[in-house]
Amino acid sequence: MSLESALVGQDVAVASTSPVTRRRRRWTRPTLLGSSVVIVIWIAAAIRWEWIAPFGPSEAQSGGRFVGPGTEHLFGTDGFGRDVLSRVLAGSRPVLTVAPLAVLLATIGGTVLGLILGYFGGLVDGVAMRLLEAIAILPPLFPAILVVALLGSSDTVLILVLAFSFTPIVAWTVRAATLVEREKPFVEAAHLRGEGAGYILGREILPNIAGAVVVEATVRLADAVFALATLAFIGLGAQPGSPDWGAQVADNRVNLQNAWWTVLFPAGAVASLVIAVSLVADHIREWKAP
Amino acid sequence: MTVPLLHVEGLVVRYRAASPGPPAVDGVTFDVAAGETLGLVGESGCGKSTIAFAIARALPSDASVSGTVDLDGTDVTALSGAGLRRWWRDDVAVVYQEPQSALNPTMRIGRQVAEVFAAQGLDDTQANRRTIELLDSVSMPDPALIARRYPHELSGGQQQRAVIAMALAIRPKLLVLDEPTTGLDATVERGILDLINQLRHELSSAILFITHDFELIERMCDRVAVLRRGTLVEQGAVDEVIGAPRSDYTRELLDCAIPRHRTKGNDPSLNHLDLQRTPMTAHPEIPLLSVVDVAHRYGQVVALDGVTCHIGRGEVVGLVGESGSGKTTLGRVITGLTVPDRGVVRLGPATIPANVRRRTQESRRAIQMVFQSPDTTLNPRHRVREVLQRARHKLGGTSSVDDLAASVRLAREQLDQLTATLSGGQKQRVSIARAIAGEAALVVCDEPVSALDVSVQATILRLLVELQHHRQVSLLFVSHDLSVVSYLSDRIMVMYAGTIVEEGPTEVVLAPPHHPYTAELLAASGHLPIVTNQDGSTAAAAAPDATVTQPTVAGASAQPTRGCPFFERCPLRIEGTCESVPPPIRDLAGGLRVRCHLPFEPSDQHETAA
Repeated sequence: MSLESALVGQDVAVASTSPVTRRRRRWTRPTLLGSSVVIVIWIAAAIRWEWIAPFGPSEAQSGGRFVGPGTEHLFGTDGFGRDVLSRVLAGSRPVLTVAPLAVLLATIGGTVLGLILGYFGGLVDGVAMRLLEAIAILPPLFPAILVVALLGSSDTVLILVLAFSFTPIVAWTVRAATLVEREKPFVEAAHLRGEGAGYILGREILPNIAGAVVVEATVRLADAVFALATLAFIGLGAQPGSPDWGAQVADNRVNLQNAWWTVLFPAGAVASLVIAVSLVADHIREWKAP
Repeated sequence: MTVPLLHVEGLVVRYRAASPGPPAVDGVTFDVAAGETLGLVGESGCGKSTIAFAIARALPSDASVSGTVDLDGTDVTALSGAGLRRWWRDDVAVVYQEPQSALNPTMRIGRQVAEVFAAQGLDDTQANRRTIELLDSVSMPDPALIARRYPHELSGGQQQRAVIAMALAIRPKLLVLDEPTTGLDATVERGILDLINQLRHELSSAILFITHDFELIERMCDRVAVLRRGTLVEQGAVDEVIGAPRSDYTRELLDCAIPRHRTKGNDPSLNHLDLQRTPMTAHPEIPLLSVVDVAHRYGQVVALDGVTCHIGRGEVVGLVGESGSGKTTLGRVITGLTVPDRGVVRLGPATIPANVRRRTQESRRAIQMVFQSPDTTLNPRHRVREVLQRARHKLGGTSSVDDLAASVRLAREQLDQLTATLSGGQKQRVSIARAIAGEAALVVCDEPVSALDVSVQATILRLLVELQHHRQVSLLFVSHDLSVVSYLSDRIMVMYAGTIVEEGPTEVVLAPPHHPYTAELLAASGHLPIVTNQDGSTAAAAAPDATVTQPTVAGASAQPTRGCPFFERCPLRIEGTCESVPPPIRDLAGGLRVRCHLPFEPSDQHETAA
């Protein structure tokens, strides 16, 4: 209480500054601003790299193979004489299609599952949780490798398999949050007036755990981007030769000694997106924390 | 009194995050002489704790302080580094509201106290000897044993005694007591207050006593300073300020303090209600609600031990007891939120399912609840209008949301606010409106005012009385505070260790109390001792000793009790009987029912009872 009462003044203080000022202060944090700019650039590229990219990603350039970064080719050219910058920009599309969709599916599935398990508890919860734990302890790539090896690689398969890997983790978080919320007096008051499970889960509990869900989804998005690049790198994602970031790194890794730019730029693209999304996740977590 | 030990002048504290707003403390000036106790009183958020932190140099780093704080010639605000540490070590001690956060959970009590002596340069044997002496001086039952315990092995009262011991170890020039008893049970509180009262006359320190409760100011302080929004509105001798307050705000605070020694029947602000003519039970032959032989335990802890009770139609029943007595569990069993191990709940003549989810919508509508904590009682993501609309819809209410809001004195514009933005008192108003939105016949109120400021408590209580009167709804009012319960109840049930030890009409239960536990509660709530036993000594006079030697958590013992559960704490126990023979339940004159071995009436021999 000692500290709490010391902070009472501060709480009041924070509340008294206008929400607009507070929001502005958040956006002036350099890490958040930087991360957001990076993410916006990649989203723009994913939507219309054709407008930004200086060359076609698969066209061999007249300048020749393995041209270093310079004014003509900002990121240089690769072993087939293709413009690395254009390929990196084009590579954003598959990543920013598959990863968000996989995470969206996992978030919806995990949230529904977590709400139900957390709220009803009992035997089903016990069995389901052990099952989810069994899935969750596998490295996310393990089922992916298995399924892609069996069914072949396509965007749909990748989305489904990543969603399957991430669902238990989301469900876990949501279940834990639900366990806390369902004991709150406002939920008990809902029981007292005879509300059904649907109302209690959807209207009483979900709005209060939405913050945790958003944070979880953002963290998983960074994971998904990384997982996709890894799959492509080991040859289970995008086809070799396609402008996918992971595939580019895989295709060019033999050239690392003599043409570092063919590897560094696509790898840097993966890193920039993963780091930016993680940083944004951290910030959201901070705001959502009480 | 001529030279003040502590001199504070023009103290201004501003939290940097709030720079545009008014300062948390705005130009406060006061003096405290050696051996004198100054009470700082005000509502929560008025800055009283900030003043204490500023003086003790314990403010967070984003606070800026200006003004003079002078303790025995030392300019406190100018201290830094080693000088500040030396000053902390030698001159100042603070006792906070929550003892468990003041004690290091990983250190034995003895070592924590001895640390203070070690800092003063005593060697181990000396420090240990002084520690035991000190623990003894704060009335610890077995100082040597307590010293070997960890904080979590002590009760809340014992923990606070340990903190006070540490504060006294340095013989501070300034002792700050920040709501030292607010988190404690009434009976334990009394023991701690007695201890502080005794010590303050032995010490030559300046004492700053911070509280929201005028009752405590009256009992503990020489002078009082009334604080409002960071400025002092009045200060002076306690008798003068309380007897003839000069500022309107002080008068307001005093007026709306819970009317102790008062019942709704003699509260002048409720005169318009004509409460005397309230029919207590319309159909006394069938009570509205009955609980029959209900028992419940949480693991090894017995919460309810075969409780049977009734609530009449339109009746206000007060359920009082200290924490752990099972009173909240009883309320929850009635609402169906807790499913008991054994026993049934009847609504009218019919037995209803134990679990609220299995009850019919009709019986659910009949029993509603007002919860204790204002901050979790309402969904923070809902607007007030949604809350009331939904309750009205599900509970079959006929009055409009606007009327509902008006009946609990909520302003119309608050209807569209998110509940998270309301104050504690407003939240409880919404919570009450929600409970009465339909055709509730019984509302269980579980400590509905204990988390609120005193000034708000009284208005909420009066609101409850009014609503109850107009709607003829029954109330089960659960509280640890006997004065709150006696204010609004027609009938009182006193619970101890999962059993109802005494019940009857309010006037009969209180004047005089029969069960020694009721007497102890009454004494702790600030009433004068009333009960006398055979040899003429007063029970309440003996009670504080009982709390001092046995400040353990009440009842709730792991062992099933053979005799009376109150035996160990009872000042009037009959050796050889009380610890081994279960006390009989006896009906006495005036509708009083007591579970005790003591002979209360000359005609009632305890041999026949036992």
